[in-house]
Amino acid sequence: MAVFEGLSEKLQNTFKNLTGRGKLNEKDIKEAMREVKLALLEADVNFKIVKQFISDVSERANGTDVMGSLTPGQQVIKIVNEELTKLMGETNVKIKISSKPPTVIMLVGLQGAGKTTTGGKLGNLLKKQGKKPLLVAGDIYRPAAIKQLQVVGESLEIPVYTMGDQINPVDIAKASINQANKNGQDLVIIDTAGRLHIDDNLMDELSQIKNAVNPDEILLVVDSMTGQDAVNVAVAFDEKLGLTGVILTKLDGDARGGAALSVRAVTGKPIKFIGVGEKFKDFEEFYPDRMASRILGMGDIMSLIEKAQENFDEEKAMKLQKKIKNQELDLDDFLEQMQQMKNMGPLSELMNMIPGMNSKAMKNINVDDKELVKVEAVIQSMTKKERKDPNLLNASRKKRIAAGSGTNVSDVNRLIKQFEQTKKMMKQMTQMTKGNKMGGMKMPFM
Amino acid sequence: MLKIIFAKLSEGLNKTKHNITDRIDDLIFNYGKIDEELLEEIEEILITADVGMNTTLKIISELRTSLKERKINESSEIKSVLKDVLISHVALEEESKIDYTTTPQIILVIGVNGAGKTTSIGKMAKKYKDKNKSVLLVAGDTFRAAAIDQLKVWGHRVDVEVISQQEGSDPASVIYDGIQAAKSRGTDVLICDTAGRLHNKKNLVMELNKVFRIVEREYPEAKREVLLVLDATTGQNAIIQAKTFKEVADITGIILTKLDGTAKGGAILAVKDEVGIPVKLVGLGEKIEDLEDFDGETFIKALID
Repeated sequence: MAVFEGLSEKLQNTFKNLTGRGKLNEKDIKEAMREVKLALLEADVNFKIVKQFISDVSERANGTDVMGSLTPGQQVIKIVNEELTKLMGETNVKIKISSKPPTVIMLVGLQGAGKTTTGGKLGNLLKKQGKKPLLVAGDIYRPAAIKQLQVVGESLEIPVYTMGDQINPVDIAKASINQANKNGQDLVIIDTAGRLHIDDNLMDELSQIKNAVNPDEILLVVDSMTGQDAVNVAVAFDEKLGLTGVILTKLDGDARGGAALSVRAVTGKPIKFIGVGEKFKDFEEFYPDRMASRILGMGDIMSLIEKAQENFDEEKAMKLQKKIKNQELDLDDFLEQMQQMKNMGPLSELMNMIPGMNSKAMKNINVDDKELVKVEAVIQSMTKKERKDPNLLNASRKKRIAAGSGTNVSDVNRLIKQFEQTKKMMKQMTQMTKGNKMGGMKMPFM
Repeated sequence: MLKIIFAKLSEGLNKTKHNITDRIDDLIFNYGKIDEELLEEIEEILITADVGMNTTLKIISELRTSLKERKINESSEIKSVLKDVLISHVALEEESKIDYTTTPQIILVIGVNGAGKTTSIGKMAKKYKDKNKSVLLVAGDTFRAAAIDQLKVWGHRVDVEVISQQEGSDPASVIYDGIQAAKSRGTDVLICDTAGRLHNKKNLVMELNKVFRIVEREYPEAKREVLLVLDATTGQNAIIQAKTFKEVADITGIILTKLDGTAKGGAILAVKDEVGIPVKLVGLGEKIEDLEDFDGETFIKALID
């Protein structure tokens, strides 16, 4: 996966010889901008936008900002990051909640963008925020689309309104509002059929739905893997319907999501949510600064920290911190840590969020969720006493543990060694970060 | 036959064609002699078509060489040279084309969410049936809600039986069932749907691995075709998709879907170039007959003529 090497790394290399010299000349910046341009194009940001962006950034970089800086590479990255964030709209924009319920949200987009799944995810998120959503099955064309929404609704315990696939979607949408009013649902999410932006008949149908229900939000659902065509699609939908925002889907792992930038830049409409995984909870509000880092391949430390905070038990963390300080960390704690980490999602995904941790570097680190399962099995095959004091583990105990956990003695040994290293590392970390509030972030393997 | 295909492809690519051709014609009109600026403009056009930076640079350099060799420096002649260069990047050898005769055959269809796997399978079933082959479908996407029902609707449309289990069951086990059914009935072509799970999830790709092991063990006598479905609107991520899936599957070809929009599908040039997988079929619409055998020359011709 050498396609996307971290831009940050490339820039560092470009400027490697400059550190200390303290001054960038025009040629250096030109070279750096070439790397930025490549990174953006590889991330599928629209060509025209890239061109404009590069010219803007070059101008700023040629100014006083960079000159005299000790770390010009960092400085340029900072500028690029800031400009990119600016281009994406700086802050998170919430959805508009109607003062006169129900709030009506209409989801539109190409085929396969992920509208139906997104409908469920959005309903789920807003339900958690206290709304009473109704999902409306407005896709009467794709085989089993209605069934799909019903299955989604059922698993999320959100009611789904359908009139089958023989009724005009405009009528379905209209009727759904009455239904919501009748049942006291204050949020209506209308799923519509995927369509090409050049399909006039189907685009007209969307206008009719819009006119019939006067939605508070018309959100364009965009696959984050979309290429250069994203701008054409976004412009066409916006011109026809007047979008209020964008939802970016399938933004897991590898997808750089440059389309986000393109869509925002050409329509001026904010990205409001992102879908980041196949589970319903994998859906978040959008933060432009984080996305900027992602497009540039610079990791997303903010999301990582938030994820960690969400999943770590504050009290437990405090207890742990004390234990580490007193050097009382035992294998039970180790196991607990690991289980907490597992809650945060696949390790590889977490690693992706760390700045500078590109896929190339990851190959050497070899994070394997399976390894975790093994470690878990080994520790669970130990007695309470052994977990408290790993020094007890002699050859025959190790053998027993290996047999009990279906592993080898070498696995057991490796775990003990890992544990000792972690203990050491954590001790160093606590000394290092004394007084430095790191929340509950303690990760055995990092 | 070729004529019909050509008409279809041209129709589907109409929008695409307009964009690129108009721009190239504009360029040629505006330029007399070929110069750096003209080449840069062509570079831009290719990138806007999702061809990607690496492959674009390669194509431009080949174009330069070719222009020099053929001693061409009038801009009016650049189009035919460009066409030749582009064709050489998508050409499909005779033996790699979709095989409508060998039986038994098993076709595994893989790809990310929303690329159009299920729809393509429905269309493929129709193609084989029209060539008098018996077809059986396997609902191997046990993950996405209602994916099984979606395939069943297609099965009903083309009058082909669908082997399925419940949602959430092991895909490898459904495909096992499908193979047994195909063997006992002497079915000519078994087409298997798989979950459109994102390619970057290691464990999900492992799931595919298991499927392939089953196929290897249970149906070695069948000719195997593994088709990766790529959405023409996809940009540079297509390369990553192809690379990742290639790590677990011996991909034999690509189905390029949704070519009836304004997306140019240029990413396939990069995929062929960097991953070495050719396009075999193209999807040109939502109708059951909107699936065509890919022809490199036609594709490029429709693109720039």
